[in-house]
Amino acid sequence: MPVTTCPVTIRIQQDDFDIAREIAVLTGNRTDIGAVVSFSGICRGDEDSAKIAALSLEHYPGMAEEEIRRHADEATSRWPLNGVTVIHRVGRFMPGQNIVLVLTASQHRQVAFQAAEFLMDYLKTNAPFWKKEESATGTGWVEAQARDDEAAARWARR
Amino acid sequence: MKVKYFAWVRERVGKAEETIEPPATVRTVEDLIAWLSGQSEAYAYAFEKPKVIRAAIDHAHVKSDAAIAGAREIAFFPPMTGG
Repeated sequence: MPVTTCPVTIRIQQDDFDIAREIAVLTGNRTDIGAVVSFSGICRGDEDSAKIAALSLEHYPGMAEEEIRRHADEATSRWPLNGVTVIHRVGRFMPGQNIVLVLTASQHRQVAFQAAEFLMDYLKTNAPFWKKEESATGTGWVEAQARDDEAAARWARR
Repeated sequence: MKVKYFAWVRERVGKAEETIEPPATVRTVEDLIAWLSGQSEAYAYAFEKPKVIRAAIDHAHVKSDAAIAGAREIAFFPPMTGG
């Protein structure tokens, strides 16, 4: 198998994911991969000291997949990656449950770390998903954070 | 053209999608927001802060001055909060 092979898997699903299984799928029988970075986003039980009972995630079917694909393609063009997996769940989640998984595989760790961070930063600001929080005081849409925009902006090509 | 709404924009408009036929004078995303806002109080409420609203044409992000000619699907939504 050539070293340049970089399978990209993108899934939006209600079901949970199994991180170990996804890593096994990504690395398969390959021997050219020296590093896999895994990021999982998990539903927190509190936000600014307010307790969260549940989180609902809505998305724009069609565009969400395409937007993640565009960022994955950019990541594979910027870094020598050997594999990318992005799984984003939608539906209603309790604190402690998985929401998102990003896996990046490369020959060396630096590339895998950078690409995973790039993907997550762009996913937060550009992929069409919206969170709604349920707490003791009611429900409300989560507001976008300026710090997320700043995190994504640092990857902009000069 | 088909228009879709998401998150609190959808809740304020009161529907997830619809088919509209704006007049020819409505040329850009900005024009469309202004035109929709004049249709009812629900739209006016959804688009009360037009600078906050994000738009996509045929599944790609666009700026408010983007032309809507030839668009099959336009979507309006708040800043994204996934991940």
